[in-house]
Amino acid sequence: MGQLWKMDSILRVNNLRVEYKAPSEPGGVKLAVRDLSFEVHQGEVFGFLGPNGAGKTTTMNVLLGYVHATGGSAELFGVDVRQPIARRRIGYLPELTYYYRFLTAEELLRFYAKIFGMRRQEADRRIDELLKLVELDAVRRRPIRTYSKGMQQRVGLAQALINDPDLLLLDEPTSGLDPIGRMKVREIIQRLQEQGKTVFFSSHELGEVETVCNRVAILHRGQVQVEGPVKGLLAQYQCNLEQIFLKVVGYQPPVTP
Amino acid sequence: MNRIFAVAEVVIRELIRRKDFYVLFVLTAAITLLMGSITFFNEDTIARYVKEICLLLIWLATLVITVTTAGRQLPAEKESRTIFPLLAKPISRTEVLLGKFVGCWLAVGFTLIVFYLFFGVISVAREHELPLVNYLQAIWLHWLMLGIVGALALVGSLLLTPAANVSIVILGVLGIWTVGEFLNQLAARTGGLVGWVTYAVYFAIPHLEIFDLRERIIHGWEPVAWGAMGLATLYAAVYMAMLLTLAALLFRRKPLN
Repeated sequence: MGQLWKMDSILRVNNLRVEYKAPSEPGGVKLAVRDLSFEVHQGEVFGFLGPNGAGKTTTMNVLLGYVHATGGSAELFGVDVRQPIARRRIGYLPELTYYYRFLTAEELLRFYAKIFGMRRQEADRRIDELLKLVELDAVRRRPIRTYSKGMQQRVGLAQALINDPDLLLLDEPTSGLDPIGRMKVREIIQRLQEQGKTVFFSSHELGEVETVCNRVAILHRGQVQVEGPVKGLLAQYQCNLEQIFLKVVGYQPPVTP
Repeated sequence: MNRIFAVAEVVIRELIRRKDFYVLFVLTAAITLLMGSITFFNEDTIARYVKEICLLLIWLATLVITVTTAGRQLPAEKESRTIFPLLAKPISRTEVLLGKFVGCWLAVGFTLIVFYLFFGVISVAREHELPLVNYLQAIWLHWLMLGIVGALALVGSLLLTPAANVSIVILGVLGIWTVGEFLNQLAARTGGLVGWVTYAVYFAIPHLEIFDLRERIIHGWEPVAWGAMGLATLYAAVYMAMLLTLAALLFRRKPLN
């Protein structure tokens, strides 16, 4: 059973350690992530939580190959994350919209389709499908710089899905969106889960995490403090996810006189 | 290879949509046309002098276009953070770098053809003859030279700030043009340690003056022997390969966070 569980994991982080040079820190080194280990399994929606500076973004950066780990390992689909091929089956949505603003949504998606080596017809079909999904079909030939923030976030979601990924890495996908935008992103995540896709996402919207995720890990000071199924944690702590989060990070409410 | 060309295509699209590129392009074309069409008492020497100025203008304009275009590629990607969703795709940093180089080099090649076309039309209109082989050889060697300069600007962009990179590369290239070929004579005269250092610089720098066929066009001399053209091509290819390898090594080690 243990072996089967291992085979099922498509994202695996083992004793990950990331250090940065930081002259202001004692020893000149800042430990962003220390001996971090967790796994994400096929078909899960996994919430990666933690306060600012907990190491979420650093971990995400390692998974995406932007930052090399000082120690330990990270694998996507059994391939070391330092290999570009490891990112063949993933889609990534950054927190903010970082796209070529001089391109149109259609051109941007075509560019990324080429990076994935998609054939012209397949790319055309996929681009049509995605622009309809994110409701940008009518403005597909307008430069991205003319889009509103919500529209840019939806372009981001479309580019993250261009290769029909098996694993989606979403970095605060609903940050800065209005309630309708949030609802749409949530619906898309749920639809992807129904299709058997795996979603790994970091968020500060704990209510949303509670609704969408099957399993969560709460990070604090570069280490996983709590990890488990959402339902199990709620039952174990007898409170909501926000309260669990505050307990884990040691938040003390101010004492009123 | 498709990924490299996909990145190159985006570089070209950006250049087409940038206004500053057009300003320099149109300004140089207009001055070339204007100067080339002026009649100075049908005096041969003056006509050659005007041709010389036009060619110098083309050389300087393409130098500035190449250095500013190639030099800003990677810093702009990092600054606008577009590098992050790009590297989250199955593309290596080396492929991104090569795509940037190819895009810049192709765009500069196109610019070069347009400039020489203007210049050729004016020359034909005034002198009623077109030394086609001379022109083609001049364009080819000029393009190779700009390939070396573009690769140099890419290396510089990974080591220096954009402004410092542009200034240093332009000054360096102008220095090589003007005194590069005389450094060995200077070394022989100086002697001692300074002489050895000068010799070392003489052998290390790319001798860009060998790609300069302006005199042949101005005076209508015989075309260069094809063997020499082949050797110059090989020389440029070796320098471009060395510089791009260095850039790739630097880019691979460069932290992006």
